[in-house]
Amino acid sequence: MRSRRLSMHQRFYLVEVLVGLGVTAAHFFANLARHTARYVFGRRDVHGAVTIQYPEERRPYSPRLRSLHRLVRREDGSPRCVACMMCETVCPAHCIYIVAAEHPNPDVEKYPARFDIDLGKCVFCGYCVEACPEDAIRMDTGILEFSSYSRAGMIYTKEILLALEPAGPDGVPRSPVPIPADRHP
Amino acid sequence: MSAVLTELGIAFGRVAFVMFFVLNMGGLLTWVERKQSAIMQDRIGANRASIFGLRLWGLFHPLADAIKMLTKEDFLPARADRVLFTLAPFVSVFFALAAFATIPFGDVLRIGDREIPLQAVTLNVGVLYVFAMLSLGVYGVMMAGWASANNYALLGGQRAAALMISAEVAIGASIMGVIMVYGSLNMQEIVRGQGWLLLGWIPAWGIVLQPVAFVLFLTAGIAATKRIPFDLPEGESEIIGYFVEYSGMKFGMFMMADFVETVVIAGMATALFLGGWQVPYLVADGIHFPWGTVIPLSHLAVVLLQVGAFVLKVSVMCWFLMLIRWTLPRFRYDQAMRLGWLGLFPLSILNLVATGLVLVALRG
Ligand code: SF4
Ligand code: SF4
Repeated sequence: MRSRRLSMHQRFYLVEVLVGLGVTAAHFFANLARHTARYVFGRRDVHGAVTIQYPEERRPYSPRLRSLHRLVRREDGSPRCVACMMCETVCPAHCIYIVAAEHPNPDVEKYPARFDIDLGKCVFCGYCVEACPEDAIRMDTGILEFSSYSRAGMIYTKEILLALEPAGPDGVPRSPVPIPADRHP
Repeated sequence: MSAVLTELGIAFGRVAFVMFFVLNMGGLLTWVERKQSAIMQDRIGANRASIFGLRLWGLFHPLADAIKMLTKEDFLPARADRVLFTLAPFVSVFFALAAFATIPFGDVLRIGDREIPLQAVTLNVGVLYVFAMLSLGVYGVMMAGWASANNYALLGGQRAAALMISAEVAIGASIMGVIMVYGSLNMQEIVRGQGWLLLGWIPAWGIVLQPVAFVLFLTAGIAATKRIPFDLPEGESEIIGYFVEYSGMKFGMFMMADFVETVVIAGMATALFLGGWQVPYLVADGIHFPWGTVIPLSHLAVVLLQVGAFVLKVSVMCWFLMLIRWTLPRFRYDQAMRLGWLGLFPLSILNLVATGLVLVALRG
């Protein structure tokens, strides 16, 4: 990379320093005036900052956002998953663990007796969603805040995954953050 | 007996005011730093610490900091020199605090027939004293680096010491011009000297008579406080400074020392270049405007105005130092050293020579 030649007054530095100080000071005073208008004169529409105060204010997520997984149910409430192991096979992180069992209905061959996802390993690639022939697994809950103090707490079971609901069209989660049984706060 | 007690009380009061002022300014600067940087960068800044839901724009954050630092693990490296390791932060803070003692925050307060100089310590060589205290701060840095038994800390300490010395030499050389112009080493005399009017209406502040020295002093002063753009001794996470091994309140004291030094530099800049406690056109019995209007004021009002002016000027200087700190990128080590020895120092000497020539020409 060739460095750009600096002009004389740029190399003298002091002038450029003053210009820079002018820029930041202008920001300071403009934002200070906006904050004053907002907090002293109650002008709620004036914003002195572009940041979002996270836990209280949230930005709307895109509906296409990949977030915490959920398992989809049939009309009768049973999981749509047929335990075909496609997702387990395709998962690059090897974080899906399925135990297949015989389904009482002869039309349905198998169902998952266990379906665990270790979210501590998941890379949120969405391959499991793409691979599923039954549209049984989705990543549309809109839930991004799941953390745990233990590795065990990051393992989400079939029951938890089935209990989650899709996010609304605004991207706001409908379900609360699920708390796995063995999560120690 | 009671005369001795009164003397002691007055002396204590003078010191207490300065300590109160400097420590509170230093503590408040931690809040100012967060909020000012946030406002400059279109953010909101620290606002989470609350007492009973009361947030007060993050004003409780310095308190939360103190609680956090006091309760954190006080780590001591296994092979460290226990005594020096513990002593180093105290040395840093102590000399930073002590430096403020001769900076006058007002003229004299007359109560009855007693005259109280508004200055923690009245010294004829006040300027030299501030230098001495500021330079002794280098020892804290060196001790911290050496006692940590960590080669990175040792290198950091050397780097810090080299930078601070180059800065302090430049501070000394740049202030010489002011001393020559006002003809005194006594801070109080220098501030009084700035009360004259040039051409009948321009206050003869240091910044008017010695503008080059002001810029040089400010640059060197920022370097002496070891803050951006000269924070290469510290650079907590990326270039590993002299206090890597420090944790908890000892770390906090190094930070505190930096903030207090910022206040000291602001105070010195105020006293030497911005007229100290002088308010333009305010003299002992009121305000005399150059066009002839006179507003008479009582002695107490004059003193309060002067102290207020001093506090205001120091605050504005602190704000300006913060503005610089959040605007400029960090210097590389060699750049900082070159600036100190090949830029600031020779320029101060040139300024000195020019000042001398002008003075000789004026005084004959
Ligand atoms: S998103 Fe990717 S990593 Fe996560 S479970 Fe699905 S396939 Fe595995
Ligand atoms: S790919 Fe779909 S149907 Fe197959 S095991 Fe996974 S979730 Fe179940």
